[in-house]
Amino acid sequence: MWKTVAQHLLSRAPAARQADPALVKTLRERVGASALGRSLAIRVVSAGSCNGCELELRATQNLVYDLTQYGLSFTPSPRHADILLVTGVAAHNMREALAQARAAMPEPALVVAVGDCAVDGGVFKGSPAIAGGAGGVVAVDLVIAGCPPSPAQIVQGLLALVEAQAPLPALPKRREPRRAPRLPPE
Amino acid sequence: MILLSHEDWVARRGRFIALWTDARHAYALYQPGELVAVELVDGAYPALSHAGAAWFQRLAHDLNGHTALGATDTRPAIDHGRAADGTGPWPEFKSPEVEGVHQVAVGPIHAGIIEPGHFRFSVRGETVLKLEARLGYTHKGTLGLIRGKSPRLAARFAARVSGDATVAHASAFAHAAEAALRLEVPARAVYLRAVMAELERLANHTSDIGAIAGDAGFAFLDARFALARERLCAAAQAAFGHRLMMDAVIPGGVAGDISTGGAAAVLDALTALEAELPSLKRIFEDYASLQDRVVGTGIVPPALAAAYAAGGYAGRASGQTHDARLLPGYAPYDNFALFVPVEQEGDVAARIRIRLAEIPESIRLIRDMLHSLPETPIAIAPQAGSGAAVGAAESFRGPVWYWLRIESGVIADVFIADPSTLHWPLVEHAAATAILADFPLINKSINASYSGVDL
Repeated sequence: MWKTVAQHLLSRAPAARQADPALVKTLRERVGASALGRSLAIRVVSAGSCNGCELELRATQNLVYDLTQYGLSFTPSPRHADILLVTGVAAHNMREALAQARAAMPEPALVVAVGDCAVDGGVFKGSPAIAGGAGGVVAVDLVIAGCPPSPAQIVQGLLALVEAQAPLPALPKRREPRRAPRLPPE
Repeated sequence: MILLSHEDWVARRGRFIALWTDARHAYALYQPGELVAVELVDGAYPALSHAGAAWFQRLAHDLNGHTALGATDTRPAIDHGRAADGTGPWPEFKSPEVEGVHQVAVGPIHAGIIEPGHFRFSVRGETVLKLEARLGYTHKGTLGLIRGKSPRLAARFAARVSGDATVAHASAFAHAAEAALRLEVPARAVYLRAVMAELERLANHTSDIGAIAGDAGFAFLDARFALARERLCAAAQAAFGHRLMMDAVIPGGVAGDISTGGAAAVLDALTALEAELPSLKRIFEDYASLQDRVVGTGIVPPALAAAYAAGGYAGRASGQTHDARLLPGYAPYDNFALFVPVEQEGDVAARIRIRLAEIPESIRLIRDMLHSLPETPIAIAPQAGSGAAVGAAESFRGPVWYWLRIESGVIADVFIADPSTLHWPLVEHAAATAILADFPLINKSINASYSGVDL
């Protein structure tokens, strides 16, 4: 075990992924900056998936994608969450739980729909047992399509959301010209 | 299919796999694929006494309104009684009547990144006295969506019954459709399906063994096995165009040939896994803190596994030797002398050991198959025929069974039996032999699918 750990300490880390600037711009216009900052906690709710999206979400935490390096982490409690990440269709039997999870989150909060099912029901669109995608129950800010989306696509989408949240760099304050101190009148 | 009288239907013995109903009959499936039926009388049929029949009978009631006469378990399966706004009542969960018992409710939303389901534990102190799993949360109406579609079109739904076993589900669906339409699948497609199925087995085994270690707080194995799974998924993407190989298996063959360089990508991933596996296995066996959590935890006795006809590692860790790949005519495995490991202990450790033992066997199978790929076409178009048949495929967690009735090229009726249906009761039994803190390990070690059961 220690040999493997040592090998990895010596190996070079892969280059960090960058968010797509065009996506960041669009998201900034549509979602707008909030007071959330850059270190965001994610609460995942599977609302009726085939478990494919969960496999790829778990993969975002592996050594290759390492979601944590961007300040993003998964949390077990909606009370600690900044992002509600929904996978799967909004199955009728999960609607109440999904709405409750959203209601339990402190504001402001963002909602991300991951996978074609969460986007609009995917292949299950039109089934009487579902209420469409995640948007059928909660207001969605970002969709990451794919069946399932790859870990790289999920990381890219979440990164863009983080970047869009960051406040625009403030312009440097204009300095007042320095005046020579006046001597008090004699 | 054999039509039985009510007496013969009830008296029938054997390893029970599944039960379902259509407009006129109730069907029961027994290993190794014997289908028997009984006529419905006023929408009812006699209940079966097999341990595994309960969920199927509850499901038939919720889906088709058919009653199992004399059934002891009549709880709803997928019908949660939801109102138009999605709200619904909670059922009553009964605890054993002993002093000091209280209930712990978990779910449907779980702490980790997993599917939804509700667990109601009756505990005294730390000891779990009873677990009742309330499933049905991921019901998506898959069977209804398959009806009325051609086999090729319906394959998309079969591939999404349980995403982690998408190749096995698509293969079992294809086997059923091909048997119903009497299609002869080209040999190359048979081999490529098997290569994909074994890749899927490896990806799930590595991922789950790591996750169990992670649940026991042993992050190193989790990280290394997750990396092995990542390499396998990347190889699947390179070879078959999809990380999970979804929609790669279709009735009549496979959707695409293995890509140029795909075989090399797969073989590289296998070499990397093979090189690291001995050290990871030694770490699993040598670390006392890990062994302390898994040995003797969540025991499924062989008799219980036999009663539920448990398959896959859940059955094989408890003395069950069954594997659908050993069925006569399950090509191409008859050419490769498949070795199936079996243990008797039935605890979390035994289930991990079975999966560790299956990894080198799958590596060998994939290598041998890739080196002997037949040079034939990869698919033939299904003609618009009629017929009914069952089809099976061995997923990483056990045999998946499909029943199809096709009329003039359109699927008239369908039923899907994921092995998880027979494994969930084992989770309930095993949880009640341990403490609450061990439940994540027990649950993950059996790893029953929620979506595969809820349909």
